[in-house]
Amino acid sequence: MIARTLSFSIAAAGIALSSFIAAPHAQAAELNVYSYRQAFLIDPLVKAFEKETGTKVNIVFSKKGLLQRLQSEGMNSPADVVLTADVSQIAQFEKENLLQPIKSAELEKNVPSQYRAPNGMWTGLTMRARAVYASKTRVKPGELTSYEDLAKPHMKGRVCTRSGKHPYNVTLTASIIAAKGEAAAEEWARGLKANLARKPQGNDRAQVKAIKEGECDVSLGNSYYFGKMITNEKKPEQKEWAASVNIIFPNQADRGTHVNVSTGAITKASKQPELAAKFLAFLSSNEAQTIYSSANFEYPLKAGIKMDPLVASWGKFKADDRNLADVVAAQTAATKLMDKVAFDQ
Amino acid sequence: MTTGLVMERIRHAFGPMEVLQDVSLVAEAGKLTCLLGPSGCGKTTLLRLAAGLESVQGGRILLQGHTVGNGAEKFSLPPEKRDIGLMFQDYALFPHLSVFKNIAFGIKNLTAERREWIEAGLERMGLAKHRNSYPHVLSGGQQQRVALLRALAPEPKILLLDEPFSGLDVTRRAQVREDTLNFLKECGVAVLMVTHDPEEAMFMADHIVVMKDGKVVQAGTPVQTYFHPVDAFVAELFGPMNHFDGIVDKGALQTPFGLFPIPAIPDGEQAKVLVRMEGINVTMGNADGHPEEMPKDCCYTTGKIEDAYLLGRSSHLHIRVPKNHGHPDGEKVLLHVRVSGVMKPESGATVTVWADPKQAFVFAAD
Amino acid sequence: MTQTAPPILASTIEKRLKTPSIDVWAFGTLMVCLAVAMPIVWVIGLALTPSGDIWQHLVDTVLGNLIITTLMLMIGVGLGTLVIGTGTAWIVTMCRFPGKRIFEWALLIPMAVPAYVIAYVYTDLLEYSGPIQGIIRDMFGFESKHDYWFPEIRSLGGAITMMTLVLYPYVYLLARASFLEQSVCVLEASRTLGKGPWQSFFKVALPLARPAIAVGVSLVMMETLNDYGTVDFFAVSTFSKGIYDVWLNMNSPSGAAQLACMLLMFVMVLIGLERYGRRKQKFHHTSTHIRELPGFKLSPMLATLAFLACAIPVLLGFLIPAWVLGSYAIDFYQDTLDANYWITTWNSLLLSSIAAIVAIVAGVFLAYSLRLGQSHWINVMTRFASLGYAVPGAVLAIGILMYLGWLDNTIDGWVRNNIGFSTGLIFSGTIFAVTFGYVVRFLSLSFGSAEAGLGKITANMDGAARTLGAGPFATLRRVHLPIMRGSIMTAALLVFVDCMKELPMTVMLRPFNFETLATFVHQYAADEMLPEASLAALSIVVAGIIPVILLSITIARSRAGHYAPEEPHLIEMEEAAP
Repeated sequence: MIARTLSFSIAAAGIALSSFIAAPHAQAAELNVYSYRQAFLIDPLVKAFEKETGTKVNIVFSKKGLLQRLQSEGMNSPADVVLTADVSQIAQFEKENLLQPIKSAELEKNVPSQYRAPNGMWTGLTMRARAVYASKTRVKPGELTSYEDLAKPHMKGRVCTRSGKHPYNVTLTASIIAAKGEAAAEEWARGLKANLARKPQGNDRAQVKAIKEGECDVSLGNSYYFGKMITNEKKPEQKEWAASVNIIFPNQADRGTHVNVSTGAITKASKQPELAAKFLAFLSSNEAQTIYSSANFEYPLKAGIKMDPLVASWGKFKADDRNLADVVAAQTAATKLMDKVAFDQ
Repeated sequence: MTTGLVMERIRHAFGPMEVLQDVSLVAEAGKLTCLLGPSGCGKTTLLRLAAGLESVQGGRILLQGHTVGNGAEKFSLPPEKRDIGLMFQDYALFPHLSVFKNIAFGIKNLTAERREWIEAGLERMGLAKHRNSYPHVLSGGQQQRVALLRALAPEPKILLLDEPFSGLDVTRRAQVREDTLNFLKECGVAVLMVTHDPEEAMFMADHIVVMKDGKVVQAGTPVQTYFHPVDAFVAELFGPMNHFDGIVDKGALQTPFGLFPIPAIPDGEQAKVLVRMEGINVTMGNADGHPEEMPKDCCYTTGKIEDAYLLGRSSHLHIRVPKNHGHPDGEKVLLHVRVSGVMKPESGATVTVWADPKQAFVFAAD
Repeated sequence: MTQTAPPILASTIEKRLKTPSIDVWAFGTLMVCLAVAMPIVWVIGLALTPSGDIWQHLVDTVLGNLIITTLMLMIGVGLGTLVIGTGTAWIVTMCRFPGKRIFEWALLIPMAVPAYVIAYVYTDLLEYSGPIQGIIRDMFGFESKHDYWFPEIRSLGGAITMMTLVLYPYVYLLARASFLEQSVCVLEASRTLGKGPWQSFFKVALPLARPAIAVGVSLVMMETLNDYGTVDFFAVSTFSKGIYDVWLNMNSPSGAAQLACMLLMFVMVLIGLERYGRRKQKFHHTSTHIRELPGFKLSPMLATLAFLACAIPVLLGFLIPAWVLGSYAIDFYQDTLDANYWITTWNSLLLSSIAAIVAIVAGVFLAYSLRLGQSHWINVMTRFASLGYAVPGAVLAIGILMYLGWLDNTIDGWVRNNIGFSTGLIFSGTIFAVTFGYVVRFLSLSFGSAEAGLGKITANMDGAARTLGAGPFATLRRVHLPIMRGSIMTAALLVFVDCMKELPMTVMLRPFNFETLATFVHQYAADEMLPEASLAALSIVVAGIIPVILLSITIARSRAGHYAPEEPHLIEMEEAAP
């Protein structure tokens, strides 16, 4: 009898819940998105798209597991679009054969080809740089101009960074492997670790905070964090942190600063690839690229977008133009390398 | 005979341990049957089998002529379908229910008539004012009576009682026992009661089944059990006894009271005579001549009081007597004797003792 | 006369009343176990797929360190919660001092604070650039961190402290319930045998409460093992971090599942050791006399110490975080208090309540089914089914994703082939999936509580009810459930609060456009945006406080002798027999 009660209560729960959550099975005029990127970044873009097209967009946000979810759901998956925070994530989807090619002339027009998959499986949407933040007072101009400088003896005890295993640092390391080989990258990682002022911890903002407070002099950080801090009204102290540092784009003299792109792709299971492509194209449009730039201080990929004045104020920089596929290929090696040099310990 | 409980050739084991070996018994309607035996003899298991709390492994159980358990068919009617009442040693009153609700628990249809029965029962048992109390505020005796009413309330075909009075202190026990007995007689239900207290069994039972090591040793009326025990174990259930061991010679055994005739045991075999403590009579002084009240064919002996303990209603005496009748200077043995409390001889006093043949039993040595 | 078997009396053929009820229980148990065990089976299945050279790499590099760090974290949190939980439970139960009544429930509240939230809050306060160190520098004129020593919050010690602060209530809850159930007579016996109050505590009360405390500490240890948010934030490399690393950075779910299974085996060994340790001990209430606990009246000095001992965990585990969150929440309520907030809160409450109810029903069902005496293999299955708690949430979520995906696609395929239309996904990506995940993960909480609660009811209660005509289900409903409502409320609270805090499974299994308070908190707090997260975080805590208080009242009442608190009965001397 309890068994019956149990199944009854499950059924009742199902009914109760489904009444307020409409099951978003791919219906016409609705688009379903799996997003690794956070809600507060994506929501303004989605609202703009909904407003423009009248298409309702449903989203599941998660920083992990969306690949496994798509995989388990198979061809019945309701998801049409996948948005990722970086290239290595989307590369896994491609490897697992979960995507279908994007057919959009507009996207091809908006996004330069080096930021799109050659086979058309995914497209970059925005770009960010892995920059170096340096104390305005304690780091002399020219003292640090490259990632390699961070590992040199003169930076001993002066460097802060987040975990070496964080994707941002892993892809940076992967880019160094791609550029100079594994041995050189390992030497760099060891040198960097030796120069650390404290055990890797916190996020990119926390490193700037540490510079402000004098714990260290330089840190690695994504470019947009500077904008987020300097405009933070909720925690005004962050403005001070940002004001205490200069943003440096390393390796301008050689291969350029390491960049990564956020991406979008269409799932293989999508039954409405045209709508999905329309959504991705929208994300590359003037309107969306402007939102990206002003809301999250990222670099638009579309040429000719009027950048947020703050982003523009950091100046132009030379980006590492090596194909991101090479960086993705070195990803696992980079992760292992970080373990090998015990970066986080 | 189709009423009441019949258990046929019951066998039961817990793992490798056999606790019941081929036990049969009948508890007739309107009668109180006692399962008597030391702890661990299997009597509680038998009760639980009757209740259906254990599944029958071997043998059959019939209630009012209907099979409720059959080991051969692996059939065991669940307890809730048997129409039995069981009262536990610890009463197992439901702590979350009031006295009234405890009693009414088993009644399927609480009619005005059953309600009245409960009220009357509460009144009868002196529990009326505790009707709405919870079990934990009741004394042991009150809890016992609630448990009894609860077991009887659904009008069971048979009532099973597991050591119903063991939780009570001695001073209350006799009274509660008597009340319970009267109440049960009024109800006229068949009762199967488990106890290890022979006095209780004697007092309550119409029929006593003595068990030992998972077997029935003797079954019969209290009189049969007390006066005709089948072996030393049954005899000793009713209290420690004086043992006199020896080898049968010319159809008799030598005891302090003289030769005890043992026609049933051949000469040359080991035998023993057991005499109850209260079966030894004592008169003060050195008897010269045959004491009056003593049967003519009985022998007596003279001994010395070693210790005397006044226990109230009775006194317990240790009397040292010659081991063999007629050899006053030979080996001595100590007799344990219970006499009326008014008699309290001094230590060292000389007394004459003789054994009541009705309270003496002869058995072959084990 | 009765020694010979009487003639067979009943020739009438009985209508053989078979006992189908037993089959219902066995079948139901089997079904529940199967349903709940499936995701774990899938995780094991995933672990059996090859993961390349990841193990070699891990063994060569970080594995040893991960294991040592994890063990240190577990031992630290285990000891911390043991001391604080058991100590405060004893003080509150046995001593009288000002504030005792409040501490009875207040000590439970930190349980409602998610470990990752308390970690964010204290980092905010205690790190080098936080206000505390700032004040110290101002006061003493220090220039940089090299001038003075201050404990590093982002460290193993910090993680141990944070987790201890929010996890000790698990031990407190179970220890206190156990202390309350102990007969005063046993303690008084100990006192008369020459043991002082402290010795009585260590020699009698503590050993008697050991099973309960062991359950509490093992819950704590499993929570510790599975924590990811705190250790990630504090950059402490534990096993669960290793699992995420293998999965997300090395793109090897199978490697992650292998690590998770290793963790699972470790937990099983722990549980086994604990059970083995008390295999011969059976705890029954030997004395039926239970009176109001005496309450040692403490001297002012000791009362102050007792007060502090109880106040400090509440202050650190609840008041300070709540104050920090509360002040942010007030400052920024205009940004955060919108329609979405109410929907999010409603989602959290509804989902957690349903999961708690389902978990309780399933847990009680399994525990009672075991009590009815099922075969050995069902016992084994039940234990296996309740292992979900020991699998890291995210890994379990993968198991559920794969299981439900397989189920959905199998149903869809069958219907397509046989009936000719597509059912699509029935379970995947629905509230059902999330609720199912919660139940799988937290069943061991409700099952364990139900089992413990049932264990305290003597078998004679069953016998009494059964012989009075109540079937197994009626016995459960009429006798066991009312008696063990304290245990059940405890279990419901534990599951509810845990569901409110649950993160990885909610994130991975949820439907479209679905936020809970926990997911909302996490998306901001993980980015160190505490102000935005504060209102939701505070809401989780508040939602936990209400049941915590209710529970505490229930526990105090569930003590034997409190079934009818409205009736101030004295134990009367038995009146003369009629």
